[in-house]
Amino acid sequence: MITLQNINKKFGKLQVLQNVNLKFNAGECIALIGPNGCGKTTLIKSILGMVLPDSGDILFNKESILRKFEYRNNIGYMPQIGRYPDHMTIGQIIAMIKQIRNSKDILDEDLVKAFKLDKMDDKQMRTLSGGTTQKVSATLAFLFNPDVLILDEPTAGLDPLASEILKEKIIKEKEKGKLILITSHLLSELDDMITQIIFMQDGKVHFHRNINELLESTGEIKISKAISKILKQKSHEQDH
Amino acid sequence: MNRIIKIVLLDILKNKIVLSYTFVLALLSWGSFGLEDNSAKGLLTILNVILFTVPLVSILFSTIYIYNSSEFIELLLSQPLRRKKIWISLFAGLSIAMILAFLLGAGIPLVINAPDASGVMMLLSGCLISAVFVSLAFLSCILTRDKAKGIGVAIMFWMYFAILFDALVLFLLFQFAEYPIEEAMVGVTALSPIDLARIQILLHLDQSAMMGYTGAIFKDFFGTTIGLIISFFLLILWIAIPFFISVRKFNKKDL
Amino acid sequence: MKILLCLCFSFFFTCLHSQKIEVGKNRAIKTIKKAIQLANPGDTVLVYKGVYREGNIVIDKKIILQGIGFPILDGQKKYEVVSIKADSVTIEGFKVINSGYASLNDPCGIKIYNKTGVTIKENILENNFFGIYVQKGIGCIIKNNTIKAHQKQEQRIGNGIHCWKSENLQIVGNQVSGHRDGIYFEFVSNSIIWRNISKSNIRYGLHFMFSNDDSYISNVFKNNGAGVAVMFTKNVKMFHNYFAENWGDAAYGLLLKEISDSYIIGNKFIRNTSGIYMEGTSRVALSKNIFRDNGWGMKIQASCMENEISFNNFIANTFDISTNGSLVLNHFNNNYWDKYEGYDLNKDGIGDVPFHPLSLFAVLTENNPSAMLLFRSFMITLLDKSEKILPSITPDNFVDQTPEMKSLVL
Repeated sequence: MITLQNINKKFGKLQVLQNVNLKFNAGECIALIGPNGCGKTTLIKSILGMVLPDSGDILFNKESILRKFEYRNNIGYMPQIGRYPDHMTIGQIIAMIKQIRNSKDILDEDLVKAFKLDKMDDKQMRTLSGGTTQKVSATLAFLFNPDVLILDEPTAGLDPLASEILKEKIIKEKEKGKLILITSHLLSELDDMITQIIFMQDGKVHFHRNINELLESTGEIKISKAISKILKQKSHEQDH
Repeated sequence: MNRIIKIVLLDILKNKIVLSYTFVLALLSWGSFGLEDNSAKGLLTILNVILFTVPLVSILFSTIYIYNSSEFIELLLSQPLRRKKIWISLFAGLSIAMILAFLLGAGIPLVINAPDASGVMMLLSGCLISAVFVSLAFLSCILTRDKAKGIGVAIMFWMYFAILFDALVLFLLFQFAEYPIEEAMVGVTALSPIDLARIQILLHLDQSAMMGYTGAIFKDFFGTTIGLIISFFLLILWIAIPFFISVRKFNKKDL
Repeated sequence: MKILLCLCFSFFFTCLHSQKIEVGKNRAIKTIKKAIQLANPGDTVLVYKGVYREGNIVIDKKIILQGIGFPILDGQKKYEVVSIKADSVTIEGFKVINSGYASLNDPCGIKIYNKTGVTIKENILENNFFGIYVQKGIGCIIKNNTIKAHQKQEQRIGNGIHCWKSENLQIVGNQVSGHRDGIYFEFVSNSIIWRNISKSNIRYGLHFMFSNDDSYISNVFKNNGAGVAVMFTKNVKMFHNYFAENWGDAAYGLLLKEISDSYIIGNKFIRNTSGIYMEGTSRVALSKNIFRDNGWGMKIQASCMENEISFNNFIANTFDISTNGSLVLNHFNNNYWDKYEGYDLNKDGIGDVPFHPLSLFAVLTENNPSAMLLFRSFMITLLDKSEKILPSITPDNFVDQTPEMKSLVL
């Protein structure tokens, strides 16, 4: 569904993405993991068109997205830190995005209800806690029933209850056959959701594997264990 | 496009700074027309407002507003919107807001107290100058990512056009007083939107002095309909070019 | 009583003897020339409506030539239309058009040749080279005539009312437009110019030289190519005239050159490039005048001295005063300056702080006219303000010590 071909990106002298080639298919739930500053967010922003790659191409449904915008109709994005105009209220933000999208499709307001946002309609954004802001972000991402969901650290800052609600929602959407892209460094959270995993380091893709295959090859049950095993192996190889 | 302009415009019109800007303009204008027995002095006050306050407030407010809207811009960018459209909408919203503030604050007393050619010229110039400096604000925002630096650039722009440019022209005039530089000087004024507006207003305000001016450059260039059209065309270029540059840069910007 | 009776009688006698000769298409006499030939001194020649193309009509007898319904005297662009060569002639009620034009012998609509007591009144003069020309006239009256021309080129047109080497003239209630100079005086003395309107002339509305002891009262000089210029004259009295809308780089409401011992009082200078331009002028009292909406209220060249400028209103001028030197030998007092920003603590109506009417920028533009380009820019306003506080370039004795707080009722 989304294909990244030879993506390179530099910020000044810093090479943030280096020859990234990836392919994401519908119905998958893909975890994008890696240490801080490895280029996860940049990768996501490239897909969203917020960061323009220096070279390479990104295809969405086999069409290049560079200098296009319509494809974003099919993407719901939840940023790592949702930043919204301070003086707008939750209700205004949601209404505004609805206005901008001007979508005629049926809206998915599950999360509005689940997070009880409809009861806080006239709270200003700057008065909200980080967690509540994340709830708004999540709601906005799912609101228009997009084919692709890009979630940047979705559960960071959410309380366990809300976190659970969101997870359930993600699984539900995955089962509908949507492509879900999650970045996270909390590997433990991902266990029961994801089908594929991408590990990035220093702007490069270390590996891209199916979960089942990964667990089998390492003989572990938990993803976090499996990954650390692989990493150890790799560094071992490098040492030699 | 209209939806975003509407959102931006409503947001700015609720802004306390814009409201107080309108209020201060109104206070100044009504005050100066009310205090003096001849309307010429009131007009002079408004002229100074147009040449000084309007550019300053337009560029500073716009610059700060754009920086403060970075979240909003990011939010919009993740939506299915063309980048250009976001930027143009922001510009349109800000320009309309600044022009509205000027019209409400200074325009109404102007129309009531001086409903003649100089009043109309001031009204037009004030609107154009507002838009020019909003446009320059967009340029200064796109030149640097850092808010403090961006505001610095904006203030520099304003200082340059409101004060330094004239000092430079004055210096040139006296350095080359022996040479026939009048025509060249007419060309030089095109390099400052404030000067363009000022001279057009002056031609109506100080008609007697200007029409009798020795070099006849005023009469023969600025005073003609063609001169007027060229002046306004140049002012529109002053709106279009900085903004156009900022659009191009914004299209390539990483957020 | 006897004398009175005698006077009455003699009056009656003259009346009885003066005849009326009628000229017209349907009258016995068809031409004016014929009528003049037939007339005796003291007769009245009545001319009825019609067009008379008789070349040059010479009036060489003391007669009254009176038009009824404005008969047209057409010079066909070849002749001087009417030449007055007798004393005490009256000519009235004609429409005199199309005099010849040349630059050598100055053909006129109506010309007085060295005569006394001629009256020219209520005529309309159109498209003549010169309108009315008084050459060495004494005690002549030019009254209520309308003089118009439509030439555009200065060389191809003469003056509206042209007076040369004359005295005791009365120029009253005439309207002159489209000529080179509206009213022109050279070596004319002891005359009065009253209630004339001279506008849209190619050069000056009023132009005089070497014409001492004349009075100019309640005239209107408007929109003339170069305004009004008066030179080399003393004892001029200009009261209640209106100088307006004279625009151009060398146009002045009133140009005074080498004028002395004169009075300029109660005049209005409105919307001129320069209200008054003075050069070599001395001992002139300028008071109770209104200077409004001019580019420069007064331009006083350094060659002027001992002029007294008092009780005038300076309102909404771009510059009130400008000068080309730093020497100040003129006196300003009790004027109202709308640019004055002082205060009046003792409430006597006179500002407590002296006013410096000369702005820095006026001095700058005097030296470098192109600097006008920067007028009213923030820079210049700043410079001007600081100069007002700490005068450095402008002469500090250029000052009105007693500026009025309120505009004078004039």
